[in-house]
Amino acid sequence: MLRIKHLKKRYKAGPWVLNDISFDVPKGEIVGLIGPSGAGKSTLIRCINRLIDPTEGDIYLDDVCLSGLSSSQIREQRRHIGMIFQEYALVERLSVMENVLSGRLGYLSFWRSFLRRYPQQDIDNAFEYLERVSLIDHANKRADELSGGQRQRVGIARALAQDPRLLLVDEPTASLDPKTSRQIMRLIQSICREKGLSAIINIHDVPLAMQFVDRIIGLQGGEVVFDGKPDELTEDVLTRIYGDEDWNPVKPEDDQDSEEEV
Amino acid sequence: MRSWQRPHYLVPDKRWRLALLVVFILYLFVGIGSLEVNWMRVYDGLDRGVRFLEGFLNPNFTRRASDIYAGIFESLTMTVTSTVAGILLSIPFGLGAARNISPKPIYLFCRSFIALSRSMQEIIVAIFLVALFGFGAFAGFLTLTYATIGFLGKLLAEEIEEIDRKQLEAIASTGASWCQCVHVAIWPQVMPRMIGLSFYRFDINFRESAVIGIVGAGGIGATLNTSIDRYEYDSAGAILILIILIVLACEYLSGWIRKWVS
Repeated sequence: MLRIKHLKKRYKAGPWVLNDISFDVPKGEIVGLIGPSGAGKSTLIRCINRLIDPTEGDIYLDDVCLSGLSSSQIREQRRHIGMIFQEYALVERLSVMENVLSGRLGYLSFWRSFLRRYPQQDIDNAFEYLERVSLIDHANKRADELSGGQRQRVGIARALAQDPRLLLVDEPTASLDPKTSRQIMRLIQSICREKGLSAIINIHDVPLAMQFVDRIIGLQGGEVVFDGKPDELTEDVLTRIYGDEDWNPVKPEDDQDSEEEV
Repeated sequence: MRSWQRPHYLVPDKRWRLALLVVFILYLFVGIGSLEVNWMRVYDGLDRGVRFLEGFLNPNFTRRASDIYAGIFESLTMTVTSTVAGILLSIPFGLGAARNISPKPIYLFCRSFIALSRSMQEIIVAIFLVALFGFGAFAGFLTLTYATIGFLGKLLAEEIEEIDRKQLEAIASTGASWCQCVHVAIWPQVMPRMIGLSFYRFDINFRESAVIGIVGAGGIGATLNTSIDRYEYDSAGAILILIILIVLACEYLSGWIRKWVS
């Protein structure tokens, strides 16, 4: 469904941030993208919906080559790609409902959205999505009145409102506590299953990723160094992705030792 | 024992710092010495100053009542129309002059227009426009509109350059067009400040309307000028009191409205 072929990206004449990345994502598969900070995870998912322009290589969504489209054509394709962000990226001063409906902007003319004359179907769907993420009681609250977990659920509802085929998820849990993180991951997973969506999820938390995704791709220095099932993710593989580290749970006395060494 | 002194980052060398200080103090003395004060003239002027103050303390609202009210009315009309026109025109210039959302050529054009508008003081513009369109409120209206575009355009552009980029990115990723991004992602972020600034500009425009009247651009300034020319300091005092009251009222109102919108 999504095919990435020999994708390369560099900023100006800097080093390659992404160096020859190729992989396919079949329909309905949830891919976790892991790797150290600066490995190019964010750049990679932003290249897919062209928030960042790739330097070389091709990206296909179904049979459309996203990397070759003009700016008005890419807008049309972005409608099919929902995106969920690390710090929610809601429009803070708008209501929850307006934030969800903003997922429909790509389908509406400027005047229609300017006058907020959304089609009845869109409004019905928006209520349904709010119900799905259990925020139906908060529809008319301002987005900045909600807690972190609630805001992220608005972000999910907004992505759903686009009626997407693919979800790009950028560090969905980085600003959330462990319990809320799991709830959000579970919600994303179950929505993908219900609607048969594919998803690419950037994530730092490896155990969380292993629990909720079908496949893990490890990036290191802009290259794919691992691509496989979560249970194939061994200590060796983690070292290949993140570098040397003792991956066993830390015991208190170990911690003291290492502090003295420093 | 180890001593520590805060390092001087700006001018590290102590001798240079001393030299700069000496040069500055010398310049200050030379500068003050070069002011030629004619103390006899100051003594003569004191007398007139006292009469002016007396007029201000015993304002006469009645002698030139019809002129004063016509002048105030004309000033207010100029202020309202030029503020509204200025706000409407400053929005496209402000959008164009925001580096993060506009292409380079448009950015440069709008920035230079704003710089030009801000570099010329209202009185100079008014003199020019009075020469072009004759005496009266129309020249004043154009002057104030022109100044308002520069003022609000610059501040709006700066406000837009400081928005939260993530909200813009999120709306762009739904497939929204440029206009929709401005309306949904940018406008809610800059709106409260824009409203506050507009009211602030309203009371600047009212004060300026009194000043540019002196060079013939209509409004209360013309009446004020006539009264001073005829040594009718009590009428002039009445006019100044009215100006102060109206500015105070605007100040209070704008503070209240700003609190209400934010």
